[in-house]
Amino acid sequence: MQSPINSGDTAWVLVSTALVLLMTAPGLALFYGGLVRRKNVLSTMMQSFFILCLISIQWVLWGYSVAFGPDVGHLVGNLSWLGLNGVGLTPNPDYAPTIPHQLYMLFQMMFAVITPALITGSYAERIKFSTFVVFTLAWATLVYDPIAHWVWSKDGWLHNLGALDFAGGTVVHMSSGISALVVALIIGRRTGFPRITPAPHNMTYTLLGAALLWFGWFGFNAGSALQANELAVSAFVNTNTATAAAAIGWVVIDWFVTKRPTVLGAATGAVAGLVAITPASGYVSPISAIFIGLLVACVCYMAVAVVKQKLAYDDSLDAFGVHGVGGTVGALATGLFAQKIINRGGADGLFFGNPHQFVVNAIATGATIVYAVVVTFIIAKVLDLTMGLRVKEQDEAIGLDNTQHKESAYTLID
Amino acid sequence: MKLIIAIIQPHRLDDVLQELDKKEVYLKTVTNVLGCGRQKGVTEVYRGVKEAGTLLKKVRLEIAVNDAYVKPTVDAIVKGARTGNIGDGKIFVLPLEDCIRIRSGETGKVAIG
Repeated sequence: MQSPINSGDTAWVLVSTALVLLMTAPGLALFYGGLVRRKNVLSTMMQSFFILCLISIQWVLWGYSVAFGPDVGHLVGNLSWLGLNGVGLTPNPDYAPTIPHQLYMLFQMMFAVITPALITGSYAERIKFSTFVVFTLAWATLVYDPIAHWVWSKDGWLHNLGALDFAGGTVVHMSSGISALVVALIIGRRTGFPRITPAPHNMTYTLLGAALLWFGWFGFNAGSALQANELAVSAFVNTNTATAAAAIGWVVIDWFVTKRPTVLGAATGAVAGLVAITPASGYVSPISAIFIGLLVACVCYMAVAVVKQKLAYDDSLDAFGVHGVGGTVGALATGLFAQKIINRGGADGLFFGNPHQFVVNAIATGATIVYAVVVTFIIAKVLDLTMGLRVKEQDEAIGLDNTQHKESAYTLID
Repeated sequence: MKLIIAIIQPHRLDDVLQELDKKEVYLKTVTNVLGCGRQKGVTEVYRGVKEAGTLLKKVRLEIAVNDAYVKPTVDAIVKGARTGNIGDGKIFVLPLEDCIRIRSGETGKVAIG
């Protein structure tokens, strides 16, 4: 009897899994690391690296079961897949019929890894390492796993509603982005902010990190086709196109507003484009991808350069401004630009005669935001009252690398 | 004419610069240095091996002033840099023999400000 496993699909998803891991470490580690002060670069990078370690185990033990396991009330999976019980090497026909089930599990793991890593941008330079570890495990289990179930599990309520989210606009970017804002508000501004706003200590890291994110994101979006086929190519093309359009858009806006095109603007614009195209990548045309890229550049630029300055909240590395806002733009744009001729498994969007899709995506957006805000607030508040989220002011002044890890990133002499 | 050398905590630099601006002391040079005081530095740990007595990062300011500006400058530095904790730093006031502005060739008190 012929095995249902397709070697082309399996090879592609294996590679995509590795590509998505690369997005967290070193992609995000470099991107965020370059943006903080020298005295905090190790702690910032450590957060990304260590989340990879933590969630790799959490996912295998219970995370995958809660997110993708047999459905309970359309809200969560049950624990029958605890420790990957029943998750073997034959395909799971509901999720990915042509690749081993454990590969699907591992691919999804990398999404579960990068999502809490995105949040680190909002509490950079002031969070206690011990509390960070507990927060990450709690958030992954109580926020990420359920939302992933709603959108991607075959009986999740948003999936049943028909929400279109190809690779994680709601599940990854909106959830992490809005949660980042909540934590930023609870943990408070860095000392001296906004009077003292530190400059990135190494913009070369940030640019290299953005480039690695772009590279890895092909696995994130095109890999979500779960097959080495036309849909994967379509998602790949859209990813590259939207990202380029967003980077150019941001640079042009920057050129007008600050009279100089900035490197940070190009890097940030590219990341915003990657975020926005994530939910749309398997459903839209390349020309739509250009519009989505230009749109998110405008909206996120406003969020980061105008709204954040006015409201003066310290979302230090713009986790909310880029991922939260960008993810929302992407999710809603999917409801506008989706075309069934691109992906027969999808639907048409508002611009192609089906306003219902926009409504459904808007509901998914709203539900994700509300749930993430409420649960993240509870987790962060409880941890702040018990363990304390923030380091002492003296420790913040000395720097987290020294106080949390007793290490320094750079020597001055030798 | 005096040369004021101050060794301060790096994270107090922004506050010190703001205090100096308030006293209209605008000309300064800032460098990264390593140093320690009576505590003889901190320990760092690498793969279980403790390295004791490591020098700490500090910031050094050098400001040349006319005599009338010595007290305002010292006061500004103290106000910006003092935290009350060990490691706040020191200020040295040295006599300055001469000062020359390279661009114009002016010397003495005129060249300082």
